[in-house]
Order: sequence, then structure tokens, then C-alpha cells
Amino acid sequence: MLTLLGVAVIVVGFALRFNPLLVVVAAALTAGLASGMAPLEVLAAFGKAFNTNRYVTIAWLVLPAIGVLERCGLQERARMTIQGLKGASAGRILLAYLFLRQATAALGLTSVAGHAQTVRPLVAPMAEAAAESAGPVSDPDRERIKAMSAATDNVGLFFGEDIFMAIGSILLIVGFLDQSGITVEPLHLSVWAIPTAIAAFIVHGARLLLFDRRVASKAQVQS
Amino acid sequence: MIGLPLVYLVAGLMFAAFAVMSLGDRTNRKRLGNAAFWGLMAVSFLLGDRLGDLGNGVLVLALALLAGTGQLGVGTPATTSPDERQDLAHRLGARLFLPALVIPVITLIGTFAFKAISVNGAPLVEAKNATLIALALAAIVAAVLAQVMFRQPATAPLQEGRRLMDLVGWAALLPQMLAALGAVFAAAGVGQTIGELAAAWTPVDSRFAVVAAYCLGMAGFTILMGNAFAAFPVMTAGIALPLVIGRFGGDPAVVCAIGMLSGFCGTLLTPLAANFNLVPAALLQLKDRYGVIRAQAPTAVLMLVINVVLMNALAFRA
Repeated sequence: MLTLLGVAVIVVGFALRFNPLLVVVAAALTAGLASGMAPLEVLAAFGKAFNTNRYVTIAWLVLPAIGVLERCGLQERARMTIQGLKGASAGRILLAYLFLRQATAALGLTSVAGHAQTVRPLVAPMAEAAAESAGPVSDPDRERIKAMSAATDNVGLFFGEDIFMAIGSILLIVGFLDQSGITVEPLHLSVWAIPTAIAAFIVHGARLLLFDRRVASKAQVQS
Repeated sequence: MIGLPLVYLVAGLMFAAFAVMSLGDRTNRKRLGNAAFWGLMAVSFLLGDRLGDLGNGVLVLALALLAGTGQLGVGTPATTSPDERQDLAHRLGARLFLPALVIPVITLIGTFAFKAISVNGAPLVEAKNATLIALALAAIVAAVLAQVMFRQPATAPLQEGRRLMDLVGWAALLPQMLAALGAVFAAAGVGQTIGELAAAWTPVDSRFAVVAAYCLGMAGFTILMGNAFAAFPVMTAGIALPLVIGRFGGDPAVVCAIGMLSGFCGTLLTPLAANFNLVPAALLQLKDRYGVIRAQAPTAVLMLVINVVLMNALAFRA
């Protein structure tokens, strides 16, 4: 029971907005100590896990490429593409991206897009440019459009990837059930991910179109 | 065989370059802090396997203290002005998209092709890490291609990379830290305890109640742990296997598939899923650290409700 103090440290630390890196270290020490490990033992266990999880940080290798392209005007170019498009709006751009992200994730292509590769250099500038074509965009709306761009990437990824049979989560389910003496085919699991995937597209898609109205009506009030 | 060690070497060299360049950046008042932070990251990637567990622990502690005491600033390497970028965008046109497209294309081809290539009977690339290795290769090719195609200075990729890295700052390390925390939590038995509590509180007599308890439990546990994969074994063993499947005869494939997706609703709601929720806020320079979570919260909550309804409707057809 005492180990739950580790979870409490996380919840309180994040709620009070302490630096998350410190919060995580404090939570690890708390949980470890509460479970009866010695302080240096906990530090060593944390260090070991940190070292074996280095692959998580590899995604940052794309920054130099994205950086040079931004230096050469990639974001501006992405905006121009949208400015020439009739009927483009932030919500519709993001709806198209939602579809693309969900469809590619469903084919197992989860790493072809992402926050560093596509959202920052392409999707967010395009959505902003589309909103600007309807009128001036306030700073809070600009923030909301950027946040919604990242949110759309997440929703598309999460509710698309489980349709692919060989994705980690499906394999985890198959392995877990197998240990419990239940045999399921990966294909069956991925088929039953489809109803939720369709619902997610409808729910988030509808929110994107409503989002448009909110941004647009504010733009009219201002102009 | 090409495996993660080679990729770690490349990443280590990149962080080392960020550290050296940070040190020379006189515009950044906190340049020593930045140099120390990215320098320690370089040490982790280049020498992590030789430091020993305790050595790595001390390294993590140092990184967290540097970030937690506000030693990191934002460097401002010389870059193009907004007007220059506008001109370049006009001049270079659609060619600008080419290196950006190279990243997904090479990642995609590499993911499949690497597994098929073998030299003298031994596979060229470690199969289970094919995607990561392909992504690293794609990133390098795209950076070099952009630098050569658009005749940028030789240091541009690393300086521009540092510019973005400083914008993300300590948040760049958070996903890896949280993954490590997950391991410590698992060793301390945190998940087990929560699973037992959830199972003890679940009302057992109503089918709808156990379905709702499983879906909400998956989401809630994921919010606390930051990862649906950590929640799944615990919640499924605690609630789904004995009750939803065992007592009420739910179809395991439906229950587990929708259960996992309920966990993903939790992922959308938690700052602990840093790489999805906090890192993009830093990358997009949002003023609100939790802005992305706020944007996706209504979708997540609605989807959780829909998952409960779907599981209830689809799992008990027989």
C-alpha cells in the first residue's frame, strides 16, 4: 500500500507544476523506498532503467533536418500552399490530416508522421494559414489551433494503430491472453478496434468542424 | 550487424555537438547549464553501457537537478529572418517539401527492406529495431540533402537542430524518464496494488457495471501510470478475466481490444504521457504546458463513454 505514495508524488507534483523531471525522480525514490529498497539501490534501479530506455529519446534525431528546412522557409511554404486553396479552413485541414494519420496508422505506418516531423513544420502552419484566410486570428485562437493540431495527431494515431495486427498493443494482448489460457487471433482483435476507430473519426471530426465555427465567428466579430 | 549501439553513437555525437555549440553561444546567459545538460545526454548515449547502474542513476539525478533548478536557457543560433524565409519559400518553391518527404519514405522502406537484407547469411540490421534504425538513417539523409540542395552552411543542420532542441528543453528527456519510472514502479509493485484495489471496489452483480469499471479502470490507471501498456495486464487480470469474461461470458477479443482503446483515452488525458502531450506543447511553443491535453480532453472523454457502450453492445452477442 505504501508504494502508492509514489503515485501520490506524481499527481501532486504535476498538479502543482513542479519541474516534471524532478517530480519523476522524487516519485521513483518514494516508491522504491516505500517498497523497502535502500536509497542507492533505488538510484541504481532508476539509472539502469533510464539507460535501457534510451531508444525513446532517439526520435530527436530528426531535429537537424527539420531545423534546416525551417531555416529555408518550410513553414512559410506550407502556409503558401494553403493560401492558394479555396474553401480551406483550420478545421477542414485538420480533418484531412486526421484521416491521413488514422489511415496510415491503421496500415502500421505509425512513424511516418509525428509532432516533430509533420505537426510543427507542416500541419500547424497550414491550419493557421487557413484560419487567417478567413480574417485576423487572435493570439489565444492561434494557441488553440496549434494545440488542436497536436491533439489531432494523437487522436489519429491512437485510434488508428490498433487496426494494424502487428502493432505492439495487439501483440501485448495476444501474449497476455495466451498466458491466461485464452487463444485469440491478432486479426480478431484488430477487427474489434474498427468500431472505436470509426467513432473516434466521427467524434473528433465533428469537433474540428465545430472548432472552425468558433474561430470563424470570433474573426467576424473582430473585423 | 547494425543495431541500436550505432544509432546511440550518432545521437551521442549530436548531443555532444549541441553541448559544444551551446558553450560558444554568448547570447544565452545560461549557456553553461545548456552545455552541461546536453553534454550529460551525450555521455549517456556514448558511454551509458559503461557507467554502471549507479553511475547512470547519478547522471539522471544531475540532469533532473539541472532542469529543476532552472539552469537551462534557450540559445539563439544565427538563423534566417522571417523576411528571408518568405523569400526563400518563394524561390525554392515545392522543392522544400522533398527532404521533408524523404523522412517518412526512407523510414517506411527501411522498416521493410532492412529485415530482408542479409550479408553472408547474417542479417544486416537488427530486425526488432528496424524502424528506429530506419528513422535515424532517414533523419541523417534528410538533413544532408536539405543542406546540400539548398546550399546551406555546413554547420546549419546542427545549429538549427540545437535551436529546436533548446525550445523543447528538458521536456525532451521526460518520455525516457517516465519510461524509467514505469520500471521502478513495476519493481516496487505499484501496479499490482492499484489493480487489487480496483478489483476490490468493482461491483460484481451487474454486467454493465463491470464493463464500465473495466473501461474506466483502464483509463484511470493509464492516467496515473502514463501508459496503457502498464495498465492492461493489471486491469485485465483484476476485472476483465474474472468478471467481464469469466462471469458474464464476454468475448475476449472484443473486451480486450476495446479495453486497450479505453486505456488510450486515458493516455490523451495525462501529462505523464509526455511524448504525446507535453513534448508537442514545447515544440509548438504553447504558453499553456497542458494546452494539448485541454484540446483533446473532450474527444477522450466522449470516446471513453462510447467504448463502454460499444463493449456492452458487442461483447455479449452470443
